[in-house]
Amino acid sequence: MIAYIIRRMFYAIPILLGVNILTFVLFFVVNSPDDMARMHLGMKRVTPEAIENWKSERGYDKPLLFNASSQGVGQLTDTIFFNKSLKLFQFDFGSSDSGRDIGYDISQRMWPSLAIAIPVLVIGLMVNITYALLIAFFRATYIDIWSVVLCVVMMSISGLFYIIGGQYLVSKLLHLVPISGYDTGLSAIKFLILPVVIGVVGGIGAGTRWYRTLFLEEINRDYVRTARAKGLSEGVVLFRHVLKNAMIPILTGVVVVLPLLFMGSLITESFFGIPGLGSYTIDAISQQDFAIVRAMVFLGSVLYILGLLLTDISYTLVDPRVRLS
Amino acid sequence: MQNYGQQNQSGLERRRTRWVGWGVLLFLLLWLTGCGERAWNAPYPSSESKSNTLYSSFDERPKHLDPARSYAANEYAFIAQIYEPPLQYHFLKRPYELVPLAATTVPVPLFLDKDGEPLPGDATADQIAFSEYEINLKPGSRYQPHPALAKDETGQFLYHQLAPEAIAKLNTLADFSETGSREVTADDYIYQIKRLANPKLHSPIASIMAEYIVGFSELGKALSAESEGQPGGNGFLDLRNHSMAGVTKLDRYRFKIRLHGKYPQFVYWLAMTFFAPMPWEADLFYSQPGLEKRNISLNWYPIGSGPFMLSENNPNLRMVLSRNPNFRGEAYPQEGEAADAAQGMLADAGKPLPMIDKAIYSLEKEVIPRWNKFLQGYYDTSGVSSDSFDQAVKFGAGGDANLTDEMLERNIRLATAVETSIFYLGFNMADPVIGGDSEENQTLRQAISIAVNFEEFISIFRNGRGVVAQGPLPIGIFGSREGLEGVNPVVFDIENGKPKRKSLEEARALMVKAGYPNGKSVKTGKALVLNYESASAGPDSKAQLNWMRKQFKQLGIQLVIRATDYNRFQEKLRKGTGQLFMFGWNADYPDPENFLFLLYGPNGKVAHAGENAVNYDNPEFNRLFDQMKNMDNSPERQQIIDKMVAILRHDAPWIWGFYPKGFSLYHNWYGNVKPNLMANNTLKYKRIDPEVRHQRQQAWNPPVVWPLVLLIIVLVVTAIPAVLVYRRHERSAAR
Repeated sequence: MIAYIIRRMFYAIPILLGVNILTFVLFFVVNSPDDMARMHLGMKRVTPEAIENWKSERGYDKPLLFNASSQGVGQLTDTIFFNKSLKLFQFDFGSSDSGRDIGYDISQRMWPSLAIAIPVLVIGLMVNITYALLIAFFRATYIDIWSVVLCVVMMSISGLFYIIGGQYLVSKLLHLVPISGYDTGLSAIKFLILPVVIGVVGGIGAGTRWYRTLFLEEINRDYVRTARAKGLSEGVVLFRHVLKNAMIPILTGVVVVLPLLFMGSLITESFFGIPGLGSYTIDAISQQDFAIVRAMVFLGSVLYILGLLLTDISYTLVDPRVRLS
Repeated sequence: MQNYGQQNQSGLERRRTRWVGWGVLLFLLLWLTGCGERAWNAPYPSSESKSNTLYSSFDERPKHLDPARSYAANEYAFIAQIYEPPLQYHFLKRPYELVPLAATTVPVPLFLDKDGEPLPGDATADQIAFSEYEINLKPGSRYQPHPALAKDETGQFLYHQLAPEAIAKLNTLADFSETGSREVTADDYIYQIKRLANPKLHSPIASIMAEYIVGFSELGKALSAESEGQPGGNGFLDLRNHSMAGVTKLDRYRFKIRLHGKYPQFVYWLAMTFFAPMPWEADLFYSQPGLEKRNISLNWYPIGSGPFMLSENNPNLRMVLSRNPNFRGEAYPQEGEAADAAQGMLADAGKPLPMIDKAIYSLEKEVIPRWNKFLQGYYDTSGVSSDSFDQAVKFGAGGDANLTDEMLERNIRLATAVETSIFYLGFNMADPVIGGDSEENQTLRQAISIAVNFEEFISIFRNGRGVVAQGPLPIGIFGSREGLEGVNPVVFDIENGKPKRKSLEEARALMVKAGYPNGKSVKTGKALVLNYESASAGPDSKAQLNWMRKQFKQLGIQLVIRATDYNRFQEKLRKGTGQLFMFGWNADYPDPENFLFLLYGPNGKVAHAGENAVNYDNPEFNRLFDQMKNMDNSPERQQIIDKMVAILRHDAPWIWGFYPKGFSLYHNWYGNVKPNLMANNTLKYKRIDPEVRHQRQQAWNPPVVWPLVLLIIVLVVTAIPAVLVYRRHERSAAR
């Protein structure tokens, strides 16, 4: 398995390089280094000299990808791409264009993101699986039909509606929790209740439908019939046999997102004023801070690749027939 | 026996489980009620419920808190409360008046000839080679407690030589256990002026100061050369070892600044934080290697001598300003405008400032939560967004803005003020079709100026929050004329004592004169097509762009919308490739020069990279501007401004759009509110009644629990049939 993991890590290098180049090209198609300088220096009384100084100090005065005025390897190394993007492979995120240390900011801002993402994932998983098993138990009845209708309706509603509606109902009308904000330590709990509830409720439609499909596929198999024939109760059949055998597709969906939980939710964090990595990325895009954008895209790519690798490894844990080679 | 024992044990377990369940429920209830007297949805701790704290919000994290770099309103909201420049604007008096802050008096310039000999006060601008401003500081002003100033028993600085291991343990400035302070002296003001010249700091006013302060650009070049000798070095550049010829220390509390020529607007700059004092110790402290990597820098942790200090700096969540214990003290103004006393604005006259202990600003990016928190009483003041405008404001028959009944029920109050800003529709004067000084093109621009109805624009797109502009100078700026004498005769007639926009027929007649009858060129027979550059293309701006297209269509002109992003929009302005565009300007200081320079030829955007975005260049206007800019406010200056405005109205390089009108709401427990659009350091005047606020918050936010109980009952009731079916299924025989 170790050889497999090492091989997968080597496969990741060209993928990350490609992601880096793509991010770099897309960013600089929209923004030039001059635009970035203007954005950071302000709108008023910005002189061309100040722009040149800003670029020179941050290394944005070099050519983007190819330096024709340099010699030999310098043609590739004396460029913005080489100096800015390739350092990421050492996990050296450097400083943002406004001067803040990106690594430090990420280490501070990942905790609020996790504080929402982990409860939403865990509670959401429990609720969705339980509800899906319930529907599977009552398959082909009115409960099943109306539950599916409800799920389709719920998954058709925009996430933004859940957020605004939740804030209106729970915070504005019922006055039960703060409408937005965040705090450190245990004081954060009252701010997390609403985004977590909304995250869970917003995910019920899609999650339950998906798990219902998996369970219905399993529930008609021979081993289930055998379990029932042995006289096991339906609860034991569902939770001990059906759920266990449906774990591979569930794991595929869950393990792959585990590392990405660090990245936070863009809209939720923005609406609830949570200082996580989602809002960090949004701010960086709006402020044209290339250093943060490339760091977050790189981190997202690394975590996604890590998630896929973890998924593969988890297969071997839940299904002894699977061997990584 | 064993069986009985097992039953007994399981019974015990059940009871224990039940007790644990009740315990958890009780804990949740206690927690939900907060074990205190605060509403459940209060975003602040119970301990703060009756504190003398102002609660507000900010929607964008500030980029710079260094007074040499900061130049944005959202940054000034913080640093203007922390740093003390020599002067400030009077809180109550209008028109805006400069008064001393850290200085003892507002400096009066001493004019000198080219040999350095004094000239009389009425010397003409061409006689004056230099102006000298002597600034006398109030003694006894001290810096806030700060680790950069902390010393040990022997007088050595505690934190000026930090070891890398010590730096690695730091996260915020609060991690330093010791702080110190010292008196503010003239050296600190001089030090800060030298910082403005340091090219590494990118001060936005460096270029303009280089034009005026003697020795400023020379110091900038010397520092630049020194930096090049230290590649990549972020080390301490001790500016005490460098001199600036035009800035001289006279004694501990006095210094003077020598300027080239005459520059009356210089005193306004002295009211900005660019000219606040900076101790060299702070510069040295923050330059230690490794601190910047921990985000501990002067750009994030200010050190000031003003009424407040930044006690919590988390721009991702919350910024907290606390009372500076070392503040020298200041009193609430004793006089104001005639109506101020009647409105209670002088009730606190003579009382010590600041009046609040703390101000907490929470990051609130979205409008909806911000507005709802204001309505719940958790923010003391709020702006009025377009989304909530109808809920908050209604217009009376006379067009006056009033609060809705909902707002009045909550004792919310409204403050309005016409801002010292202008939004205009600019014609690129370098464009051959629409620009230039030919009579045809001037007439064409005049016709368009009549057709584009900004009264309608303000009504539809700004909910009435604006005043139609009659020229480049906003209301309240010296030189602007109010009432009928200020009406632009090119666009408006006066009927029944009121300005009335000229008719479309008149505009069409001007189109004929310009060579475009019904919008078609008499030379080519083709319809006139103009391009409108827009930096916004989203659904929100679609209605606005359609409206604009309709305005031009009234004259038969086909308007092509060229929507792009802001970067490309700016590029078009820089290169002069756009034709028509909407742009704006916010005043730096209340002087007509700060608006008329936007149309001064040598400030042209394309040729000189200046702020004249339309590239207007009229020699007569330029000559009058040169004459006017160095004059003191006087009837002669007013006459020159009148001539300049008349030239502009005739040439019509802008359609004089509108002066925005700011609306802000505040609760009745928030006192001493008077909009001051030039002063940024007004937090110290604000008063809070925490007891009233607490009562209101409790009354407005009672927790409503019954829907939750109902939800639980519904879930249980709907679960019962399912459970029954499950049980029946389990008990039934196999089929």
